[in-house]
Amino acid sequence: VSSTPQQVSLFITCFNDTMFPETGRAVVRLLERLGVAVDFPLEQTCCGQMHFNTGYVEETIPLVRRFVRAFADSDVVVSPSASCVGMVRDYYSRVAAVSGDASLQTDVAAIVPRVLELSELLVDRMGVEDLGAFFPHRVTYHPTCHSLRMLKVDDKPLRLLRAVRGIDLIDLPEAKECCGFGGTFAVKNADTSIAMLTDKIRSILDTGAEVCAAADNSCLMHIGGALSRQRAGVRTMHLAEILAHTEQRPGRP
Amino acid sequence: MTDAARHPPFPQAARAALANTQLRHNLGHATHTIRAKRAEVVGEVPDWQQLREAGRALKERVLRHLDDYLLELEAAVQRSGGVVHWARDAAEANRIVGDLVAGHGVDEVVKSKSLTTEETKLNEALAERGIRAWETDLAQLIIQLGDDTPSHILVPAIHRNREEIRELFLRKLEDAPRDLSDDPHELAETARLHLRKLFLAARIGISGVNFAVAETGTIAVVESEGNARMCTTLPEVLISVMGIEKIIPTWRDFEIYLQLLPRSSTAERMNPYTSLWTGVTPGDGPQEFHLVLVDNGRTNVLADVVGRQALNCIRCSACLNVCPVYERTGGHAYGSTYPGPIGAILTPMLSGLDAAGSLPYASSLCGACYEVCPVKINIPEVLVHLRHEQVKHSTRTDGVRERLSGEHVAMRAMARIFASRRLYEAAQRLGRLGQWPLVRRGKIEHLPGPLSGWSSMRDLQPIPKQSFREWWRERS
Repeated sequence: VSSTPQQVSLFITCFNDTMFPETGRAVVRLLERLGVAVDFPLEQTCCGQMHFNTGYVEETIPLVRRFVRAFADSDVVVSPSASCVGMVRDYYSRVAAVSGDASLQTDVAAIVPRVLELSELLVDRMGVEDLGAFFPHRVTYHPTCHSLRMLKVDDKPLRLLRAVRGIDLIDLPEAKECCGFGGTFAVKNADTSIAMLTDKIRSILDTGAEVCAAADNSCLMHIGGALSRQRAGVRTMHLAEILAHTEQRPGRP
Repeated sequence: MTDAARHPPFPQAARAALANTQLRHNLGHATHTIRAKRAEVVGEVPDWQQLREAGRALKERVLRHLDDYLLELEAAVQRSGGVVHWARDAAEANRIVGDLVAGHGVDEVVKSKSLTTEETKLNEALAERGIRAWETDLAQLIIQLGDDTPSHILVPAIHRNREEIRELFLRKLEDAPRDLSDDPHELAETARLHLRKLFLAARIGISGVNFAVAETGTIAVVESEGNARMCTTLPEVLISVMGIEKIIPTWRDFEIYLQLLPRSSTAERMNPYTSLWTGVTPGDGPQEFHLVLVDNGRTNVLADVVGRQALNCIRCSACLNVCPVYERTGGHAYGSTYPGPIGAILTPMLSGLDAAGSLPYASSLCGACYEVCPVKINIPEVLVHLRHEQVKHSTRTDGVRERLSGEHVAMRAMARIFASRRLYEAAQRLGRLGQWPLVRRGKIEHLPGPLSGWSSMRDLQPIPKQSFREWWRERS
């Protein structure tokens, strides 16, 4: 049953907080435009995904504790990062089990169902697709692996983009192929990562799009980094930033 | 799998493979073709997800009660006139097979494709005792003639194209016609004529096992070429070698796996040849049957509560075909009988993290493997679990040196920073101030040390002037 929550807590993620603040500002503008009050618990830092996925599970435990504490009073938590939501949803219970702390396990079990990725909040929870956005540019959408295969958001982000006024949305060839980021994979296996990235960049350039959008800035930093290096004249943009633009407040690619 | 110990770590092996244009072309073409075909035939089955779930659940039941099922299988095979041998490790398995062959005074055997004997290096062990083992699977023959190693579970010679195969046949097969072209039919016919002579002469056949039915003692081998049918029916003596996890409880359970396996593996609705035999039938087929049950590390895998799901594997190779890493590096980079995503989890568990510690990191965790796995092995989950084991393992074995390694120090430092709001906010400010030596014309194009892999192809945007939280505080 869809219903618009009165209040949501923003889980910005450490990466967006530091590197991509514009995405956070876009989420706030967007949700407020839809009549949802946003709060931002300042005690939040990092979900621990990088530590967990690289093998440092002990170091992840305090970060899970911190997350659970920071959002203890939130009914709905929303994040513009599919992979960080995937970390919370799929792996927090594992970390809590490793900690051997029964109360942490209880707290994790309580918070996990309340944490949503942005397109899940908009389409599933609030039942909206047309957000009154305006973005008259040629865009292609890269479905990130964690949004697609961990969260299974399916075509929710695309449904949101299709409803944007003026948008020229072009299908990305081989869209479901991984871009090669994979967190520390991009550094530990840099050569293989670059080989994957090269093919993704080729697909993006084949669309003739001005903007490549996705539900995760980490993959976009990887893709955008190569587009910038190649002086390709194509930029990357988080889904939320496109959705936040309106005719009253238009944006440029 | 002692090879893994001598094999370079994955990133190093991958670098060489990535630069091999021919390999990239052959693999890219082959994996994309089979990927599309698989998606098509899987899409035809309306209850595919239920089948996957059944396939997983049944394998997990077998693993939970493996001790009972193994004894049930042994009794059933003995009842029907077969002999069962138990092998703790590769050396023991090879010795059992070698003794059986030598005991019959035979120095040539025909083999159908078997990953387990590839894992135990049976051919090499037999060669040391003066016994020649002829591979009869076409791709496996190509590998054997080329003194090569398999690079794919199902298509061991996937890294070779037909021009290369033609050249190999002309060089290595005396009976190959001098005007042999690279037409696949001509190549196959050449192999067929060569193999026919071997089949008719062989007194002992060696096979792998896809499934062994505990209830009846029936062994099943599924294949495309008919060579396994020849190996398992023509010789007087048949020796089948199986990993102990290859059991299914009852005959009825074929219903699940014979739907899952062909569609996932060769992207066929059904494979051309399915051979099933139960012990010995007087006057029909081999009159002596031996089943060799091989552990070789499998009970260690079983002891790992997260990792044991890797033993569900029915060796279909769907995970290899969809893997973006495998597609580009090929199988040899993994340095194991089992390459690709399943190899990245199975190899370190079978042969230890010392030998294969880089393999759990040979994945971007994209999850394509889990999505196609017909027995629902959550490969990304096991990869991450093995990374945890690897960090624990290297801390234990390398002690202070590991604790002082760049990555370990950085991870612990970051964990401490993220554990405190004050330190985290200070680090944000410090990063912004400290990045200036790296920023040129609004971009970071060169990063130092281990991060240089990133900047070899990607620019980095500098940390913006205001963090989100600074904006939030200013706003409210």
